[in-house]
Amino acid sequence: MTDSAGWTSQPDGDPTPAVLPQGGSSSQADGEWHRMHPLTPLFKGGLVLIIVAGIVISNLRDRVIAWTVSVFAPGESKYLDYGGDPVDWVLANNLVLLVLLGVLALAILLVVVFWMFWRFHRFRITGDHVEVRKGIVFRSHRRAPLDRVQGVNLTRPFPARIIGLAKLEVVGAGNDANVELEYLSTPKAESIRADILRLASGARAARAQVRSGGARMPAHASMTSQLVDSMNVGVSDLIAGVDLADVAPESVVKIPTGRLVASQLISAVLWVLFFGAIFVVAMSAAFFGMTADGDSSGEIIVAMVGIALGMGVPLVIAVVGITWAQISKSLRYSIAPTPDGVRITYGLLTTVTETLPPGRIFAVEVTQSLLWRPFGWWTVKINRMSGKSAAQQQSGNAQQFNIVLPVGKRADVERVLSLILPGAPAQDLPLVWEHGILGPTVDDPYRTIPKRAWWHRPLSWKRHGYAITEFGVLLRRGMLWRKLAVFPLARLQGVSIAQGPLDRLQNVSGGQVHSVTGPISGTLSGLERDDAIALLDRVSRAAALAAARDHTHRWGEWQAEIPMPSEPPVSPASPAPPAPVLPPPPAPVLPPRAPEE
Amino acid sequence: MTESPTTPPADPNEPVPPVVPAAPVAQEPVAPQASAPVLPPVLDAGTYESLRTPRSGRALALDGVWHQISPRYVVSQYVQNAIFIVLAVIAALVLALAFAQTWVWIPAGVLVLVDVFTLIILPRQARALGYMLRADDVVFRRGILWQRMVAVPYGRMQLVDITQGPLDRAFGISQLKMVTATATTGVQIPGLTQEAAEVLRDTLIEVAETRRTGL
Repeated sequence: MTDSAGWTSQPDGDPTPAVLPQGGSSSQADGEWHRMHPLTPLFKGGLVLIIVAGIVISNLRDRVIAWTVSVFAPGESKYLDYGGDPVDWVLANNLVLLVLLGVLALAILLVVVFWMFWRFHRFRITGDHVEVRKGIVFRSHRRAPLDRVQGVNLTRPFPARIIGLAKLEVVGAGNDANVELEYLSTPKAESIRADILRLASGARAARAQVRSGGARMPAHASMTSQLVDSMNVGVSDLIAGVDLADVAPESVVKIPTGRLVASQLISAVLWVLFFGAIFVVAMSAAFFGMTADGDSSGEIIVAMVGIALGMGVPLVIAVVGITWAQISKSLRYSIAPTPDGVRITYGLLTTVTETLPPGRIFAVEVTQSLLWRPFGWWTVKINRMSGKSAAQQQSGNAQQFNIVLPVGKRADVERVLSLILPGAPAQDLPLVWEHGILGPTVDDPYRTIPKRAWWHRPLSWKRHGYAITEFGVLLRRGMLWRKLAVFPLARLQGVSIAQGPLDRLQNVSGGQVHSVTGPISGTLSGLERDDAIALLDRVSRAAALAAARDHTHRWGEWQAEIPMPSEPPVSPASPAPPAPVLPPPPAPVLPPRAPEE
Repeated sequence: MTESPTTPPADPNEPVPPVVPAAPVAQEPVAPQASAPVLPPVLDAGTYESLRTPRSGRALALDGVWHQISPRYVVSQYVQNAIFIVLAVIAALVLALAFAQTWVWIPAGVLVLVDVFTLIILPRQARALGYMLRADDVVFRRGILWQRMVAVPYGRMQLVDITQGPLDRAFGISQLKMVTATATTGVQIPGLTQEAAEVLRDTLIEVAETRRTGL
């Protein structure tokens, strides 16, 4: 893949402003309309065929049963009476040929329809937009601006993976705002992804600069070599499934399979307890009910066994199903930095590769349940724009979408944090770990719930609070279920504070940091009133400053504006962040807490 | 309406909450200090002149000039609710007298009572509504017993919406709504005079345009 070409060394090609030279590494980003992979309709229409086949087979069920019975037990002739059905009628009227012709005509019709759909399903990538046109009767034409791209996902559903197809999804900002290119051959999808990201990064400025510097890049792969590539990838993909060719291996975070399975099994304990409680309650209720009715002990035993099986089996299936779904989705997880953002890959059968450009993350939260604490495992979740409709957001896949590290040790969490928050200054780290995640220490920099208002959070009131740095707002919450959320100021949508009559009696106030919809909430309660007002004052001001410094919506362009020779060597884990342009004073933004009352 | 366009709404009789030393190091010189947008006096023309705040010194308070809404908002709401009550009573009367459905008095009574209660507290609520344009954000406040303040940085505003119902139009007021990328901020300012709403919208969009970043 030419993915790794990145924005620093652009080919010196046609200087048309709208597109990448020679259509970019995929030769598709040339502002012309292109079609999807020819096998696309089979996958999209194939579902219909399977459903039709299912209906036909289920209607012929009686015939199949009768035939089976007549083979194995010819004596049971009463089952042979399955009544008249179309097959009998066809056989009786010698219409076999006609019916076969009809089926053939139907098949041809389907192929033609599919072909038409394929003809009309086209996409175009220009310098500013990615567009998809489809439909024959009901046409749709969707165009998404590239500078608002929230991420690019490459999904390979299991059946499509076998023949090397992939679905490319350009995540937009808003409800149902995604542009889907389905299906493309995997290598083509990968190079188109690279092109889209490169265009989205505003890399044209970078290219101009490089041209003046005279940098050259090796020629692009020819079409034939791409084809050969594609076949190789298709085969090796089934084994490896993860495209890490273009990243430094030492910067990749992976999870040992054993740890992943173990962590999910431990989480499953909760489900076992939950379903077990339901089971015990139901069983005892049934038992006491029957005893009170004065049933004989024999009847009770039979009934109890029946209920136990009837309830127990589905519950066990539910637990196993939930756990397996979690495990299979998170297997083969890896997260790695690329020039155009963080790339997250996961999934055993259906492989998903997400690329998150810099600055598309609205909040990050590190959590640890009580059961994981002995092992030192953590989960990292993010709030981001998913571009899906509200209904899709409820699905399990969408939940997975928000997890960037299913389970990891502290070192893993630190690396993931440095990957997804590349702009975070190093002096904030102790605030995240020592003071934040690991709870209040002496000289706690967090503003927490005062003792008099402990009832807001009876267990965690000593932890429940916030801290502000130049980079973000940190919320520390939870005692049993430890959580630490980071809201980058440059992506903050607003702050609110609220106070009811009870709060007013105690001189406290609730607060909320607003971010886009996601698993991480920004609510705080029972803060010292002055702290809450300071939150409103400080966060707003700091957010405006951070936003002024932020250039991630065209990350490549910004990178290019930095003079090349003096470009500061950013930490190896963060290849494309906006370099911190701040003067370094690490002074905490908050004033030291005034003595109370 | 008492017209005093240039007077900022500051009432000496108001039980001033002790000024909170919330941000002593108010602005450290990290970046060039943005100043609050300059506002024409039309924003304060024909509005309430004193903000109704909780008497307790423990309430939420911010330093700065709060702009308020027009008293015509209350009048407009009264008329709307009066029409609603009249319609409800007529419907109930028709059902009760013409169709002998006496149960209808229960829901009708509840509706009317709830409505009358909201009308009683409405003037208080309207006086507690306020907005403030600061250097980096617009702050909106409402509520007395249950207070809430929302601050939205200018650069975060995706669009500004002005809506006006038929009665609102008759009274020359409109509602202004600020939409951000998240649903929870939800800033709505009802009861702005028509001119104030338009000026505010233009100002907000202008300021947002100069400070826009990514989402």
